[in-house]
Amino acid sequence: MGDGGTLRFTLNGRPVVARCPDETILLDLLREQLRLTGTKRGCDLGTCGCCTVLVDGRPTLSCLTLAPLVAGRSVTTIEGVTPAQGLSAVQQAFVDHGATQCGFCTPGFVLTATALLRENPHPSPEEVERAISGNLCRCTGYRAIVRAIEAAARAEG
Amino acid sequence: MAESSAPPHRLLGGRIPYVEGPLKVTGRAEYTDDVQRSGQLVGRLLRSPWPHARLRSVDVSEARALPGVAAVLTGERYPTPFGVLPITQDETAIAVGKARYIGDIIAAVAATDERTAELALERVRFEVDPLPDYPDPQTGLGPVAEPIHARGLNGSNVQKEVVQHFGDVDAAFAHAAHKVRVRATFAGVTHAFTEPLATLAEATPDGRLTVWSATQVPHYLHRALSEVLGIPMHRIRVIKPEVGGGFGGKSDPLPHEIACAALALETGRPVKMLLDREEVFFTNHGRHPTQNDVRIACDPDGRLLAYDIEAVIDGGAWSSFGTVTTYYNGVLSMGPYRVPNFRYRGRRVYTTKPPNGAMRAHGGTNIRYSVEVALDRLSEELGLDPFDLRARNALPPNSTTVNEFRITSTSFLACLEAARRASGWDAKFRRLPFGRGVGLGCGFYISGSNSPIHFTPKMPQSTVHLKVDMDGGIAVHSMQADIGQGSNTLLAAIVAEVLGVDLDRVHVQRVDSDVSPVDLGSYSSRVTFMMGNAARAAALELREKIVRGAAALLHASPEELEVVHERIQRRDRPDDGVTFLSALHEAIASTGALTASGSFQTKAMGGTFKGARAGTAPAYSFSAYVAEVEVDVETGVYRVPKVWAAFDCGRPLNRLAVEGQIEGSIHMGLGQVMGESMNYRGSRLFNPSLLEYKIPAPQQMPEVEVLLVGEPDPEGPFGAKEAGEGPLVATLPAVANALYDALGCRFSELPITPDRVVRALDVRRKEGRPWKGA
Repeated sequence: MGDGGTLRFTLNGRPVVARCPDETILLDLLREQLRLTGTKRGCDLGTCGCCTVLVDGRPTLSCLTLAPLVAGRSVTTIEGVTPAQGLSAVQQAFVDHGATQCGFCTPGFVLTATALLRENPHPSPEEVERAISGNLCRCTGYRAIVRAIEAAARAEG
Repeated sequence: MAESSAPPHRLLGGRIPYVEGPLKVTGRAEYTDDVQRSGQLVGRLLRSPWPHARLRSVDVSEARALPGVAAVLTGERYPTPFGVLPITQDETAIAVGKARYIGDIIAAVAATDERTAELALERVRFEVDPLPDYPDPQTGLGPVAEPIHARGLNGSNVQKEVVQHFGDVDAAFAHAAHKVRVRATFAGVTHAFTEPLATLAEATPDGRLTVWSATQVPHYLHRALSEVLGIPMHRIRVIKPEVGGGFGGKSDPLPHEIACAALALETGRPVKMLLDREEVFFTNHGRHPTQNDVRIACDPDGRLLAYDIEAVIDGGAWSSFGTVTTYYNGVLSMGPYRVPNFRYRGRRVYTTKPPNGAMRAHGGTNIRYSVEVALDRLSEELGLDPFDLRARNALPPNSTTVNEFRITSTSFLACLEAARRASGWDAKFRRLPFGRGVGLGCGFYISGSNSPIHFTPKMPQSTVHLKVDMDGGIAVHSMQADIGQGSNTLLAAIVAEVLGVDLDRVHVQRVDSDVSPVDLGSYSSRVTFMMGNAARAAALELREKIVRGAAALLHASPEELEVVHERIQRRDRPDDGVTFLSALHEAIASTGALTASGSFQTKAMGGTFKGARAGTAPAYSFSAYVAEVEVDVETGVYRVPKVWAAFDCGRPLNRLAVEGQIEGSIHMGLGQVMGESMNYRGSRLFNPSLLEYKIPAPQQMPEVEVLLVGEPDPEGPFGAKEAGEGPLVATLPAVANALYDALGCRFSELPITPDRVVRALDVRRKEGRPWKGA
């Protein structure tokens, strides 16, 4: 748990010390306190996946995660998977295949896809569908997202 | 992207990734909730727990006294009514005198933080007289004890009644060889966009108000803010950041937007209001729960003789777009067919439930289901293939419907041919084993409402400004609203196409009413057609100026020159040319930065009878979809493995975007036919969350084969028509007709859930009607 309101964890590869009450929600810490606004607030109830971040590499709903639970752990947000120049293979594939329309769900999908491909570099379409089924998209009908993730898998070899 | 091929279609017609894609995939795209102003307060809303109640008195003293509370507002402060349609303004920012549904806004508070704001809301004290609630539109058709609005027709809750009759329907039915009747009931559905509604407002000491909001129509919000707050439009600045989906749900000016601005005026500080997901469901403005009754008659050869339609439409608490909805549920029933006699009676009824409004393929979806199911039955009765029946009745190009819609381009026959061939229809229809089937659904939709929602109808529907300076970057200003459909990309591509320049020279500026000329925004599938024409006109004007610069450098006349990729050259001697930049610099040498403007105004159109303009459009899209279904006949669970979607959007300008719109529309249409439902018990919405209101999962989404078969439209920009809403409508009947082919069962209640499938199978067995040997 947080050490007297002081929370130490790794954020996007860098050590962070944040001061926050123990009941702070990770999403609030990221968006409001640390101003990492790439993590989106879609429902606050764990139903949409827009707030997905990676905790120790696993997709996690930051709106359902108490901030003190990430003490000593590694948190990756969309800002952490974006290269200093250009785009990651997953991000590039999302652009090229029209897997982002309104874009609000996109950071969550990119993180979910990034985690999937790290664990399973050549997923079947069914495995992709299962992996993304916790992220809602209302624009694309998901087909373009599946195509993008498959293309990213091919691009990454 | 082909960079080297010759104009005029270097970019357009290809697959153009979204210009703002890199911002979206990196989380750098800025949505309203990402904008932050220093000293910002949190705005929260108190919502009525009563479906219908007279607000007798309110005491906000305790709430105001709470430390950290900056302002508490009730309805009396800004009582001026507003509404998206000038003729039915019946909403207020905060309820005045009455609450009309569970979720109606009855007070607004601004405080230093969310917790203080919530505490303040708890301390607002109301005294109310509960009034009878009216959840069922049927009970509001006649006089009621306590009409929801004083403007209900003759003491009823009827907001709008439309009665139309063209030709002689009774005579047509009297002589018809075949008649069918379909009565269907549709649950309400909602947009379920992922970005919640959000607004940020700031009043500054110079007497100006700035509002950032998640809106599809910045102009209507601008206007409503001005009317309700009593501030001239030129002192209000509306900014549209990125918008996380709309589908119609962000097209009305919404009360929370005005309440947020009111709190900013009251406090002199920035106020941000982010609605929670439950509030988004209660704000709704989704597709109307509807009951319709469709009778269709045809001659012995299957030629359509008449439609006779009735619809009762559940409006919820406000008018919203309802007058348009009421017309559309009738007039959008006819195309893509020629129907010589037509009668319609539609009534939209206020209920004490969350308001309904415009949702993707507004007004054209529920009636399309009933008509296409009726045609499926008619084809069975005639022993005529469903494709042949439809082809026999197709509206020809350059024709006029019985209610005087002008039809110009239609590739509907090509849609039918493409869908039939690609789906392997002739080998599947009535030939697949029991439990599997294919179904056909067709449709058409407006490519932009011809009649603008404007107080000043002489003004153009769309205007685009271009500015180019010595750096060679082209700034594009327009109030068209990209909500994810790709209109910024299309706008940039049209400008780049006409000027012959690389796409990265063109920067579409964020919508900002201080600098963006008026465009009516994203609704009625109007953007490609109207903004596209305006953009083309602006770019042509700019091109002329730059070509004159080249002509001076080349000692030629402009007529002797042609624009190619980043270069202007002599037609007869292509080696003799100058770069775009040289020509530009020559052109601005004498005048400074160049500017150009283009606009689009619709032509006068439609008949002279009452309501004649409803449904008129400068063009229409057409579609023919085949859906295949596989049903587990024990559980009623079914899946749709594939949809063949033949669509006529004229010439597709960005195939990536068009395919995305079609796949997304099919997803949304499948949601409505397979399971989405706003579940009410009485006046109370019972499933206001994305967990209980289920949109189709990735595993439920079919493979989609998109077949773009349209011929260029004569008036569309580069021949284009809409592809944003029309692609939805054929989905629902295609699935229902496929279920009939699979099971021999018809469905009159949507959504068609597994329990309804099982019940229908039981009824068919009891009635002893065998189907495909089962």
